[in-house]
Amino acid sequence: MELLSSLGDGFAIALTWQNLLLALLGCFLGTIMGALPGLGPSNGVAILIPLAFTMGLGATPSLILLTSVYYGAMYGGRISSILLNIPGDEPAMMTCLDGHPMAKKGLAGEALSLSGVASFVGAFFATWGLILLAPQLVKIALLFGPAEYFALFALAFMTLGGVSSTNQAKSAFAAALGLGLATIGVDTQTGVPRFTYGEVHLYDGLDFLVAIVGLFALSEVFIFLEHRKGKSDMEGGKLSIGRLYPPMSMLKQCTPTMLRTSFLGFIAGVLPGAGASLGSFISYSMEKRLVDKEGTFGTGDPRGVAAPEAGNNAAAGGALVPMLALGVPGSGTTAVLLAVLLSLNITPGPLLFTENPDVVWGLIAALFIANFMLLAMNIPMVGLFTRLLMVPSRILMPIVAMVSFVGIYGISGSSFDLLVMIGFGVLGWLLRKLDVPLVPIILGTLLGNTMENNLRRAVTIDNGDWLTLIDSPLSIVLWTIAIIGFVLPLIIGARVKAKMYQNREDLDAITD
Amino acid sequence: MSDRIFGVFGILLAIVFAVSAVAIEESFLSDAVGPKVFPLIIAAILGLSSAVIAWRPDPEPDWPAFDRLAEVFAAVVVLILYAKFLPVAGFVIATMIVAAYLAWRLGSSLLEAIAVGIGTSVGIYVIFHLILGLSLARGPLGF
Repeated sequence: MELLSSLGDGFAIALTWQNLLLALLGCFLGTIMGALPGLGPSNGVAILIPLAFTMGLGATPSLILLTSVYYGAMYGGRISSILLNIPGDEPAMMTCLDGHPMAKKGLAGEALSLSGVASFVGAFFATWGLILLAPQLVKIALLFGPAEYFALFALAFMTLGGVSSTNQAKSAFAAALGLGLATIGVDTQTGVPRFTYGEVHLYDGLDFLVAIVGLFALSEVFIFLEHRKGKSDMEGGKLSIGRLYPPMSMLKQCTPTMLRTSFLGFIAGVLPGAGASLGSFISYSMEKRLVDKEGTFGTGDPRGVAAPEAGNNAAAGGALVPMLALGVPGSGTTAVLLAVLLSLNITPGPLLFTENPDVVWGLIAALFIANFMLLAMNIPMVGLFTRLLMVPSRILMPIVAMVSFVGIYGISGSSFDLLVMIGFGVLGWLLRKLDVPLVPIILGTLLGNTMENNLRRAVTIDNGDWLTLIDSPLSIVLWTIAIIGFVLPLIIGARVKAKMYQNREDLDAITD
Repeated sequence: MSDRIFGVFGILLAIVFAVSAVAIEESFLSDAVGPKVFPLIIAAILGLSSAVIAWRPDPEPDWPAFDRLAEVFAAVVVLILYAKFLPVAGFVIATMIVAAYLAWRLGSSLLEAIAVGIGTSVGIYVIFHLILGLSLARGPLGF
C-alpha cells in the first residue's frame, strides 16, 4: 500500500507539463539514437547529458529526460536490426536473427510493430519489478558498513566483464585505469594533491562528464572518419514497411513468449555485469529450446523477434535496480546515468529512497509514462524513424561532434576541458581498436573516490586492521560472488560469446 | 603484436603511477591508510593485468592503412585547433569551419560540406544560445 501511495506521489511529479514534454523529447531523441547504426544507448545518453545540464534542469527533470532517452534507445535498437540486419548495439543483435528474415519476407511492418509491443511488455514488467525489488534491496543495503560497501564496489568491477567478456585482463585493466583517473586531484581526506603535476585545472579532479563524452561520443566520430563511413546504411536497397500493426493471431502466439522472456530479462538485468546483451541472448535461446518445434527460429519466426526484444528491454529496467538501490550500476548505460546523478549532487543508494523520495518515485513514474509514449510513438510513427535512418552519417556525425563540444564548453567554459575531452576521444578510439571495454573506465572514474573513502573508513574504524574487510558474513558473501563473477567468464565466457556470434554468422551465411 | 606493445606500455604506466604514488606528500592530517595505499593497489592491478595482456595477446586488431590513420590524426589536430581558437574566433565561425571540415572528410561534396557547416553552427547557436540561453564563446564579431 505504501508503495502505491509513493508511486502516486511520483506520478504527481512526472505529470507536470514540463516533465511530460521532456519525457516526449527524450523518447523521440532516444529512439533516433538507438536506431542509428553505431550509436547505442550509452553514446546516446552521453551525447545528451551536457544538453540536460545546459538546459539548467533540476535533478528530477534531467533524470526523466535521460532515462527516457535510455528507454527510447533500447526501443530504437531494433529498427536497424530488422530493416538493415545491422544491430545498433550488442543487445539488439539477437533481434536480427528473425527480424531481418521477416522484413525480407515483406513483413517489415509487422516485425517492427511486434517488436515495439514486445519492448513495451518487457519494459512494463521490468518497471514493476523495479518498484517491488528496489525497496527490498534497500533494506539489505541499510545493513552495509564501509567494509561491505568496499566489497560491493569490488563486486561491481569484478563482474562487469560479465559472461560475455572474452578477456578479463582487459576488463581489469580498464577498471584500474578508471580508478586511477579518479585519484587525480586533491585527496578529500587529507587535502594533499595527487597526480596533479602542478596543473591547477586538475586540483578538482577530472570531470567525468568530459571523460564520458570523449570516450563514447568523440571516439565514435573518429571511427566513422577512419572508415570514411559517410553514407547512410539505408541508401541503396530499400525495404517497404508494409502494414504497421501486427495481426491479432501473431500477438496471441507471442504473448507467452513475451511474458516468460520479460521475467528472464529482468533477472539478467538485475544481476551485476549481465546486462541487456545477456538478457536478449538467454531469452532467445530459452524460447528457441522451448517452443521452436518446427525449426522456424532463424527464418523469420515472430516469436524469435518478440523474445529478444522483451528480454533486452526488461533487462534495461532491471539494471536500474542495483543502480538506484545500491549505487552500483548493472550496465554501461546505467553507469552513464549514475554519472548524471552524481553530477547533480545526488548519491544513489539506500539513502536516496529516504532522502530524495521525490527523485526516485518521480523517475519511476516517468518510466511508466515514457514506456506508454514509446509504444504510441513506435507503432504508428515507425515510418518516420525509418526515414531518419536515411540521413547520411557525413551530415550526422559533424553534428554529433559539435553538440558534444558545445555541451562540455557550456558546462565549464574552458578550453582545457575541451582538450581533455579530445584526449579521451583518442584514448577511446585506441582502446576500442584493442578491444578494451570502455564501461569499466567510466565506472572507475565515477566510483573511485567513494570506493577509496569506504576502504579508508573501514580500515581506520578498525585501527588499521585490514582483515576488517572480510570480517562480516555479508562481506564474505559479497567477496565470494565477486570472485565467482570474475573467474566464471574465464571458464565459460568464451563459449557463450562464441555462441552469440555463431548465431549471427549462421544467419549471415543463410541470407547472403 | 599490438597487445604485447599495449601490455608493455601498461606496465610502464603502472610503474610511473606507482612511483608518483610513493612521492605523494603525507599530510599531518592522516588516517590509518593514508593517500598512497589506494593508488598503489591500483598500480598493482594495472601492472598485473597489463602483464597478462602482454603474455596472452588477443588476435591482431584491424589497424587502418596509413592514409586512414592520417585522416584520424588530421581530425584530432583540427579539433585541438578548434579548442584553442574557440575563444578567439567565436563560436559561430569556428564551429562552421570544423563542422564543414568533418563533413568534407566524411565524403560530402564541397557544397554540401559548406551547407552542413553553416547549418550545424547556426542551428546550434539558435537552439543553445538564443533559445536555451547558454553562453557560447564570443568572437570579435560578438558571436
